[in-house]
Formats: sequence, C-alpha cells, structure tokens
Amino acid sequence: MKRLTAITLMLTGALALAGCHGKTAVKGQPTSATEVPAGATTGGAGGAGTSMTPMNGANGGSLQAVAQNGNNVPREQRTIYFDFDKSEIQPKYEPIIAAHAQTLIANPGLRIRLEGNTDDRGSREYNIGLGERRAQAVRRALMLQGVADSQIETVSYGAERPAVEGDNPEAWTMNRRVDMVYLP
Amino acid sequence: MNDTARSLLLTVCCALGVFAFGARAHAAFVVQITRGQTVAIPIAIVPFAANAGAPAFDVAAVVSHDLDGSARFKSMDRKDMIDLPHTGAQIVFDDWKRLNVDYVLVGSLSRPAPGRVDVSFELYNVLTQQRLLGYQIHTDDAGLRLASHQISDKVFEAILGIRGAFATRIAYVLVLGKIPHQTFQLVVADADGENPQVVMQSGEPLMSPAWSPDGKQLAYVSFEDKLPSIYVQTLKTGARQLVSATAGVNQAPAWSPHGHRLAVTLSNRAGNLDVFVRDLATHALTRITHNPGIDTEPQWAPDGNSLYFTSDRDGGPQIFEVSLTPGSRPRRITFQGSYNARPRLSPDGSHLAFVTRVGGDFRIATLDLEGNGGMRVLTHGVFDESPSYAPNGAEIIYATHQHGRGVLALVSTDGRVQQTLVSPEGDVEEPVWGPYGSE
Repeated sequence: MKRLTAITLMLTGALALAGCHGKTAVKGQPTSATEVPAGATTGGAGGAGTSMTPMNGANGGSLQAVAQNGNNVPREQRTIYFDFDKSEIQPKYEPIIAAHAQTLIANPGLRIRLEGNTDDRGSREYNIGLGERRAQAVRRALMLQGVADSQIETVSYGAERPAVEGDNPEAWTMNRRVDMVYLP
Repeated sequence: MNDTARSLLLTVCCALGVFAFGARAHAAFVVQITRGQTVAIPIAIVPFAANAGAPAFDVAAVVSHDLDGSARFKSMDRKDMIDLPHTGAQIVFDDWKRLNVDYVLVGSLSRPAPGRVDVSFELYNVLTQQRLLGYQIHTDDAGLRLASHQISDKVFEAILGIRGAFATRIAYVLVLGKIPHQTFQLVVADADGENPQVVMQSGEPLMSPAWSPDGKQLAYVSFEDKLPSIYVQTLKTGARQLVSATAGVNQAPAWSPHGHRLAVTLSNRAGNLDVFVRDLATHALTRITHNPGIDTEPQWAPDGNSLYFTSDRDGGPQIFEVSLTPGSRPRRITFQGSYNARPRLSPDGSHLAFVTRVGGDFRIATLDLEGNGGMRVLTHGVFDESPSYAPNGAEIIYATHQHGRGVLALVSTDGRVQQTLVSPEGDVEEPVWGPYGSE
C-alpha cells in the first residue's frame, strides 16, 4: 500500500487514485462505465444497425487523460486493436502507445500489464499464442519508446476474455486487442 | 524459464472453489440429433421389473436414452408394447416380430442384501430368437445409473460390434454470466451429460482440461492469479497440485500414456511459445521444440515416443510430429488448408482429429495417419473447435456455437451421425472425453 501511495503522489490530481487500482473494486468508486467501447451497446451482442468500430482516440485531450488517469480512461485509449491473425501494430495506434510510454517513463514506479486477446474463432490454445504475440508487440513498442522492461508484464487470455459478446465481425474486431492495465 | 517463487507441487485442498465430487451443477443437457444415418435399428427396451425390496430406478429409461442418443438405434415407445416380459422365457417373439422390433432387452432388479442391488438383463434377437447377452450386475443404489450405462455398452457392442462408451465421463468448461462478470466452472459429467459435478470454479478463465490416463485426475489451466498456471486435481478428493507456474505462458497440458509426464506449453520473456515435457515425479523439465513460431497444443503418440503439436513455423498453424529422441527434427503432418490446429489422437493412434478452417468456417477434420484415407472434414459448422475422441474411437465430441451460445456436439468418426448437446445455461467449451475407467 505504501508504494501505491507514493505512485499516487507522483501523478497529478486526485483522479489518479482510482486509475492505479486497476480492476480492484474501490469503495465509493462507481463501476466503470468506461469498460464499454464507444458505439457498442451495453447489452454486448450488438443489435442490428449498431456499429462497433475501434477508435484510436488520438487527440490531444484524450492523451492528456491517459497520462493522468492510468486505467481510468475510456477503453479505446488503453486498447490496441489488431487485424485477423495479425500481431502488427497499426500506425494509428502509435499516439496511444506514445502517451502510455510517457506516463511510464515519467513514473518509474508504475507497472503495466499488457493483456493479449483474440476473437473466439479457431483453436483456443493457438489463440493463447496469438494473444501473447500481440502483447509482446505492444511490449516491444513501449520499450522502443524507452519504457523499462521491469515496468511491463504480459499475459495472454487468448479467446477467454472477450470484450464484447457476439458471433459477428464487429464483435471479433473489438475482441482482437491488447488491453493496457495499470497494476496496483 | 525457471520456476518462479510460486512453489511447485503445492497441494491445496478445497480452496478457491475446488470441489471433490458432490457439488451438483446445472440440469441435464438436451440432445438434438442434427444428422442421423438413414436406418436406426429398432429395439425394445422393456421396463425392468423391480422384485421385492428392489429400488424403483428406471434402468430401461437410461438405456433407451443412451441408445437413441447414439442415433444408431430407435427404441420402441413403452405405450406401444403389448406386454412387459422381464426374462427371456416370457418373451413372445412373434408379437415383437409383428411390432417390427429387431432386438428385445429385458431385465429385473432385486435386493440380495440390505444396500445391495442386482441388475439382471438379457438381450434377444427377435428373428433368430437367439440370446445375445445374459448378465447380472452387482451394485448398490448409487451405482444404478452407471450399471444402466454399462448395459448400454454391452447392447451396443453385441449388436454393432463396437465397444460402447456410455459408462464413461466427459469434462468441460462452463462459462456463466455476462461479460465482464463471468464465472468459469470445470464440470465433470456422465458421457450423456447427466450427473454434472462442478469440480472447480473461478472468476478467472479455466482452460484445457485433460484427463489422466487412469481417469482419476484432471490437469487444467487456471488464470485464478490473473496469470496462467497448470494444476492437477484429484477428482475424488478435490486435492490439487500446482505443476507449472513459470513466468509467462503455462498452457495446454497433455498426459503421457502412462501418466508419469505432462507435456506443456511455456514461453520465454520474449513471448515465444515452445513445447516442454515435465516429469511429474522428478519435476525435471525437458524442452522439446526450439522455434521462434508458436509451438503449442502437444499431444502424445500412444507409444509415448513422440508428440504431435500445432506450430505456425511455416506461416499459418499446421500440425507437426516430433520424436522425443534428442536432436529430432519435427515433421509436418498436415498440408491441406491454411489452418490446422489442436491435434487429438484417436485411441488406437491411427487417426488425428483437429480444427481446420474451410473458407471462413472452423470445422473438425480427421487425418488418416496410417493409410491413404487422407484428410476428411467431418462437421459443417462455423465455430467448431476442441475435438476429443470417445475412448472407443467411434465418436468425437467438440464445442460449437448455436444461436450465439457455446454448446457441445458429437459426430461419429464416419461422419454419418451428428448431434448437439445443449446445456440449459451458459457457454459450454472444451469438452474432453475421459478414458474407460473414468466412472
């Protein structure tokens, strides 16, 4: 807990506390409405006419929020999406990675977990491999920006932790991703 | 690749939602036969007589459910039976002939001593009036469902010449609840989906259950610490051992044929997945594959001398075989199609079942490893995955989607019979069929 307090002090503003707690429930903290990507229906499956497209969130204001709030930013600002069976990071995500890199470099006590995910088609164990490869791609991108290896943890959930439900291309697109989660 | 501080072979009993047998799970599955062979054999399973003091357990109902569920038999409706014999001497063969029944099963239950039950049964060929089977099973009240499945096994074998697999068990993962608040259960059930027992429950994913060859233990992957670990759990007691928690990936456990070793997938710091073998007695770890691609999903050859595994070293995922003799080079096994993964061997080692992509659809295929049979796509789904052979080699159980839900399905290895097992709730994933003796 002492370490967490120290990190909190290093970040600007009172908002930082919630961000550093990651997935742990915090008393008095509303459950995260930010878990659902913009454009997605809260029911998950996505009704007719609902389009779900990953946003790159690459505007100055949002990136400021990344730097200040860790996990407590909309999902599209801490998630990198991937093409089918691919683990290359598309150029449009470079600003997001740069923002997280700046946060981590400025706060050497901060640690991040990169959670690699796939859509739920095909072989589950092979998908673990694919999710790991995606998490590693983001890890290398952060390290290239100067983030210390010791600040990064990777895990692959493969197809086991989808962001949204649904047997449709929109859901698959939202599930092929790496989530960046700040650790307590 | 060293073990972390998390100690090896730590035994944890009944912690974290780990259960011994006894925790009742959800209600039973509904069987839907989606494709059947044209001619199902007509058979009469006559309700068994309960002699003085015997329990009222309906053996005939369980046997009928088993045989009808195989789609190879059509059992006669009870209300169409004109009498209810329970020994061979009471069968009037001409009547059953007129009812167009090829076989008649009769039997009775008796109580030879307090707490004990004897189940007698006889199977007759109606046309020849020949007695094909005559047995007595000695059991107790709790053993009557199993005894019924054993009768199904005997009938199946006597008529079709294939050993039945009704008296075996399956394991699968059941996911309940909505994203992101899901509960993951590891469930063991009878092969017909009845009698489901939750053996492990977690708020984090559970994956890749694998039966020990003696059917007494399950190895599986648990993300209960947010990171993957491999556990071995003894079903009877619920006791479990942590067998792999190295930094990075700990996945895809597969038991060696004698149960002394576990093939697993581990990763290095750079995230490269390779296949290793862990000796369960000495804990010695041997690296089997050395490749920058994804090497995973190991599966033992029946002789224990080689492993099949999935690798994308040539581009997309394909299946390879590697001898465990040091210095051996992997040999590619699949060439048809751009995606072949999750190999599972038939019990006799003659065929490989796996997931293949056909266009944009994922289906179950088999490959003849010995002859010229080649590769054959058995299923017609879009999301078919996780094949597992029945211990008699006659059927493959796998996971698929129906109306957006994860369900179990079965296909006979000749492709002629296909069924879906729909759970009343949740998504069912990763079915694995236990060995004979996994009762």
